[in-house]
Amino acid sequence: MDIKEIKSKFPIFTNKVKGKKLVYLDSANSSQKPKAVIDRISNFYSKEFSNVGRSMHSLAVTATNRFEETRDLIKNFINAKSREEIVFTKNATEGINLIATTYGEKFIQDKDEIIITELEHHANYVPWHFLRKRKGAVIKFAECDKQGEVSVDSIKKLITNKTKLIAVTHVSNVTGTILPLNKIIDLAKTKKIPVLIDGCQGAPHLKLDVQKLDCDFYVMSCHKMYGPTGVGVLYAKKKWLDELPPYQGGGGMIDEVKKDDISFPESPTKFEAGTLQTAEIVGFAESIRFIENIGIKNITQHEKEITEYGLEKLKKNNSVSIIGDPKERGAILSFTIKGIHPHDIATILDDDGVAIRAGHHCCQILHEKMGIPATARASLGIYNSKEDIDILNESINKCNKIFNN
Amino acid sequence: MDLKELYKEIILDHGKNPRNKKKCDGFNKDAKGNNPLCGDKVHVFLKLNDEKQVEDISFEGEGCAISIASASIMTEIIKGKDFNVAKKILENFIYMLKVGSKPSINSLTDNENTTIMSLSGVKQFPMRVKCATLAWHTFLHAAEDNKKVVNTEK
Repeated sequence: MDIKEIKSKFPIFTNKVKGKKLVYLDSANSSQKPKAVIDRISNFYSKEFSNVGRSMHSLAVTATNRFEETRDLIKNFINAKSREEIVFTKNATEGINLIATTYGEKFIQDKDEIIITELEHHANYVPWHFLRKRKGAVIKFAECDKQGEVSVDSIKKLITNKTKLIAVTHVSNVTGTILPLNKIIDLAKTKKIPVLIDGCQGAPHLKLDVQKLDCDFYVMSCHKMYGPTGVGVLYAKKKWLDELPPYQGGGGMIDEVKKDDISFPESPTKFEAGTLQTAEIVGFAESIRFIENIGIKNITQHEKEITEYGLEKLKKNNSVSIIGDPKERGAILSFTIKGIHPHDIATILDDDGVAIRAGHHCCQILHEKMGIPATARASLGIYNSKEDIDILNESINKCNKIFNN
Repeated sequence: MDLKELYKEIILDHGKNPRNKKKCDGFNKDAKGNNPLCGDKVHVFLKLNDEKQVEDISFEGEGCAISIASASIMTEIIKGKDFNVAKKILENFIYMLKVGSKPSINSLTDNENTTIMSLSGVKQFPMRVKCATLAWHTFLHAAEDNKKVVNTEK
């Protein structure tokens, strides 16, 4: 695999940051976009744009076809059973809010329990908190250990006959831990508890087969998958989408509207109110094609190699502490440097063109557990190379020099 | 945008050895401040006497070198000042970070001026302005009995 050639497909890397070559290590936050995706959006607006699913004219037919083509591509990408199981949202956050709202409305009563983990991003906690406030639900946190692992047992011991949902991340956006989803879902099945997966850090990096995984819900954010912002995907088993009430009301999601009653269509239409991010959804088709042309397994392999190289390199750097030591790690390396706050690290790295994220990464529960207010995080994409890690390491040394460590 | 403008010796010193980082004895006012995007936290303690003079000021908290240094420098400069003078220093300080003019407070000694000016480089790093102003906004909340937690994102 020629990473240089792949990287050349991303126009952003032709720019300099502070006169330096861009070393982008913030893909867990949002990935960069290949030219094909950018061009597709531009071309769609230039040549094919119209609203979808409403008008009869030729442009509307073309636009609708392009839009629905993305749904088919996603269906195949994650191996969903049917295209009706793919709901477009604005991001993974909205996907979780959709389930928390609709599933909460229908199935959650006072004192019912929802299990999440201490690793969760705020997007997979706050929507359940709303449900706690609104319906008296109880949120239980499965503990993560020092390595950053959440064991199946830590979830198992929280399950009671009040447990109505287990919502866990696929990959931690801080420790990089890949959760034992198969075991968690197997366990949940024996107790007939549905499982929601926050796939933000999973879908861009790991082979996904939702039928094999057998999860009930899986959410993703397309902007982390070399795609446009403003698009997310909610995968849900058809039986759930049939059973759950609509989320938002408006145009496009109705069947028949009368003064005294309204009926709704089947999924996914029922959950897609109003005009969606049409051009972005069309553009996302190119992201899927981009990933598939490389091959998701090749992406996993490449990122694993760079992650391991980074781990090895940073572990040799005495001032650096790596956060978490999971057996299975995604393309994420969070770290701290003795005596230097992560914000200061981020500012100094930025001076070398190295883009990382510093802070709590929307995981305050986890940071409190670890007893550190903030961490620095380097996260990888297909365009990263060992050279990027070398530059990162050099820049870390510069932090130490400035702070006289 | 030179890193040396940001991480001056004096800032690194205050960041590593912050002054007045404790709960001061006999404080009669206090306030908290958060920078929710970063997780920075500060708690300012204030002893304001009947003449509205800052008899003592201190802080506790966690944050980056810039936020800790700024809090430390603030306590050094404001201690002993009348509240109205302190408020003027604060206004000039924030103006310096956002607009860039030099604070010209007659009541500041040359030494104090040099210390406060050491933070002027923060202006070149817009993402870090919030770090530098957090403690100062929190001081104002404490002095004015504003019970709301300062939030840099509001």
